[in-house]
Amino acid sequence: MARRLFLERRTYRQNRLQDAARLLPVLGLVLVFAPVFIRGEAAQVEVGGPDLADWLVYYFSVWLGLIVLTAFVSRALTRSKGAETPPSQPGPEGG
Amino acid sequence: MLSFNGLVAVCVLYVVFLFGIAFLAEKRAAEGRARWLNSPITYTLSLSIYTTAWTFYGAVGSAVRNGLEFLTIYLGPTLIFIGWFWLLRKMVRIGRAQRITSIADMISSRYGKSGGVAALVTLLAVIGATPYIALQLQSVTLSFSVFVRPGALGAPDTEQTAIWVAAGLALFTIIFGTRSLDVNERHPGLVSAIALEAIVKLAAILAVGIFVVWGVADGPANMLARIEASPVSQTGWNGARWLGLTVLAGAAILCLPRMFQVLVVENSDERHLATAGWAFPLYLMLISVFVVPIAVVGLEMFGSDANPDLFVLTVPLGMGQDGLALLVFLGGFSAATSMVIVAALALSTMLANHIIVPFWLRLTRHDDPMSGDMRRVALMARRLSITGVMFLGYGYYRLSGGADALADIGLIAFLGVAQILPALLGGILWRGATRVGAALGIGAGFLIWAWLLLIPNVAETGGVMPQMLIDGPFGLVWLSPVTPLGLQATDPLLTAMVLSLGVNTFLFIFGSLVSFPSPLERLQGAQFVNVYDHSQPLYGWQGASGAADDLLIMAQRILGTSRAGRLFQTAAEAQGRISGVPEPTPDFLERLERELAGSVGAATAHAMVAQIVGGASVSVRDLLAVADETAQIMEYSTQLEAKSEELAQTAARLQEVNAKLTALSLQKDAFLSQISHELRTPMTSIRSFSEILMQPDGIDAAARTRFSRIIHDETVRLTRLLDDLLDLSVLENGRVTLHEAEARLSDVLDRAIHAAGAQADGRLIIRRDPDAEAVTLWTDPDRLAQVFINLISNAQKYCDAPAPELTISVRQMPGRLQVEFADNGSGIPKRQQALIFEKFARADTAKGAPGAGLGLAISREIMARLGGGLSYVPSEQGTRFRVRLPGRTRRAA
Repeated sequence: MARRLFLERRTYRQNRLQDAARLLPVLGLVLVFAPVFIRGEAAQVEVGGPDLADWLVYYFSVWLGLIVLTAFVSRALTRSKGAETPPSQPGPEGG
Repeated sequence: MLSFNGLVAVCVLYVVFLFGIAFLAEKRAAEGRARWLNSPITYTLSLSIYTTAWTFYGAVGSAVRNGLEFLTIYLGPTLIFIGWFWLLRKMVRIGRAQRITSIADMISSRYGKSGGVAALVTLLAVIGATPYIALQLQSVTLSFSVFVRPGALGAPDTEQTAIWVAAGLALFTIIFGTRSLDVNERHPGLVSAIALEAIVKLAAILAVGIFVVWGVADGPANMLARIEASPVSQTGWNGARWLGLTVLAGAAILCLPRMFQVLVVENSDERHLATAGWAFPLYLMLISVFVVPIAVVGLEMFGSDANPDLFVLTVPLGMGQDGLALLVFLGGFSAATSMVIVAALALSTMLANHIIVPFWLRLTRHDDPMSGDMRRVALMARRLSITGVMFLGYGYYRLSGGADALADIGLIAFLGVAQILPALLGGILWRGATRVGAALGIGAGFLIWAWLLLIPNVAETGGVMPQMLIDGPFGLVWLSPVTPLGLQATDPLLTAMVLSLGVNTFLFIFGSLVSFPSPLERLQGAQFVNVYDHSQPLYGWQGASGAADDLLIMAQRILGTSRAGRLFQTAAEAQGRISGVPEPTPDFLERLERELAGSVGAATAHAMVAQIVGGASVSVRDLLAVADETAQIMEYSTQLEAKSEELAQTAARLQEVNAKLTALSLQKDAFLSQISHELRTPMTSIRSFSEILMQPDGIDAAARTRFSRIIHDETVRLTRLLDDLLDLSVLENGRVTLHEAEARLSDVLDRAIHAAGAQADGRLIIRRDPDAEAVTLWTDPDRLAQVFINLISNAQKYCDAPAPELTISVRQMPGRLQVEFADNGSGIPKRQQALIFEKFARADTAKGAPGAGLGLAISREIMARLGGGLSYVPSEQGTRFRVRLPGRTRRAA
């Protein structure tokens, strides 16, 4: 069965919504791991960098932001019933 | 301050309350009215067993020691959950479609129902979970002791507390975890209890947090300032650990048996994931948002000497907030108990299904895993497993003696179960993953993990550190868990994680690439990886009137309308419903399954019911069972077919015999009328001539002599007829005496031809072969002659050719002699050939001729007595009789 090249607008939106849902953890990974590369080995209070309290605020902001985003995308997905018609993913033939 | 007894009383009340909630939930679920049980909120709350007492109390301690690092334990799962659409949804769908009962079942199903892999995963899970359960028991007893004597660690009788807690938990799990082997493996009572405990947990930690931020400090801004001033801010920061622990926590939430139980097995509606995807991270965030403030305030109050792991409890106690402290205590109690309950349930399912029951089956060679008997065994195995797991946990706790090393076991256990991750992810994303790869990977990862982390930790917990662990076995330093591969590991956990998961993943991929999977494995691989193509999403199961309707339709098709109707009606009445369909409770489903099994076989019935009620697809295991059943049924039907064919043949034979009997009866009637006629004719003449003779005058001597002769002749005829009848009767009863002697065949034939008067008559020409006839026989010559006479006179009487001829041929066969009498007449019609040897039977061609139809019957009897036979040989033309004589013959010298 050949996949159609151009989809209806609604189906197209649903597919992009699913893309967003799949990409959310990538965004999360970037945001959660970014400080690993920014924050040094020790606390940088002496050189005037961000304090532990600031990082705490950063993490909880990121956390809340991710939760809100996920809630939004998930609601949109269930409302459009996108969860019912995922694009088939033909995996590499194993056998 | 509460007394110890008061605290125990509160605990008992709380537990009684939990039991009540669980009972209520079971009852409502059985009635199909527990909507709240099927809500996404309950699902999300039940997931909170992830936060155990270890994190409930320990997060604050971790914050004091390592700053923000405690966040990783929550951020890992958060990342997994916000990506629910990608991974969790697939796991839940597979779990439903394949009717997965545990993480071990998931792995073994994917890799061709491998019992070995399942047992390996089960072993790994039990070994990983035992110290973890011990940790929970420890936290409960610790909180008990702190509550009773703040600041001190020795409680009145911690041992007693631990054993009561363990026993109570075992009881609760057995009651609500093993009530029946549900088609769906769901436990509404248990889930509602842990959902309630989740609320208590969250409420407790939020209450302490709010108290700390707004009661002790002066709002969030002030709190942040205090954090900056606190020693917590001076803690180090290790980027590698941050990365590693986040990944580890993310792996753990997928692989922990208890998480798999609530996440996949207890899931009743795929859409709940959409809610849990953001609600569970929210729950985790709320649990951890006040951790740092509590740590800061605890340090301010008690300094760095106090045990920071108990700040959650000691801070409110130190502030004189007894009610708040009690709530915290119940929160910690909830965290510990809910984890232990679900862990015990998940582990017992795995132990029973993958170790005890297979072992029992092998032991007893039981062949029907679907029978009720087997179900009882499975339930008993589960109950025993629960008790065993609890006992193991308690035993480990006693052995460790509450050592600090126990606290490290949380992350160690995480890494242990994370060994399943490569096989799990590979299994659902890569069709090329094989059993060999999975077994190699898990096995190697398990060994490395056990050697590098578990054994040293157990040794440390036990207080003995064998030299072998420090120097390495056999003096091989590079094998030592302290410096594996000669690495001066600064962080044993991270080192072990990289080594075990690295080797695990490599071997998994390598093993999969080089091995060749079995057909079942390939099939299951396709079913798992492309699960969306093969299954329908499951949307709820309890408001299942739709399912009940479907069940009724299916039952009607199989059982017939009236029987299915009766069955459903009875069930509905038993459930207290006047009309309509019954709720598909486990009891009812079991009964329905049994009824259906009578018609279609147990495996088929199970698959059908499960498909309707559980939304599961028919698995390969089901198909195999169904195929077995079908084979049996087919064999049975083949047997039936053979039997019915046999019956048909018998019936045909009976019909044949019946036809023969009818024909015989007709012949008999005909014979009777004939014999009456035969008897009557001579009688009539005898009577009339006797009457003439009786007249006193008018008869001359010549006439008298003539009449007397006629009377005499007729009497002789009558006598002969009666003799024949008597002769036949004697022969048939076997009372005949044979006078056997040597005789030449040619002599016997001469006598017979002469006696038949054939030559005197001259009408019939007889062809003979004198050379062949020169045979000496051992027989009764008179009787044999009688047979020949009969055959010759038959030819005389019935041969309808214009120039009748009779050919007598003799053939010498090995062991016997054959004499054939063939004439050139029109023969005997085919349909009468079967009858000619019967008594009184007369062929149509013989109708006009005299005779009673006894000759051939007598002849055949005689030949049988002589050890030979007489048969009619169907031939192209003429009548051909064959006389067989036994081989006691000698050629004449």
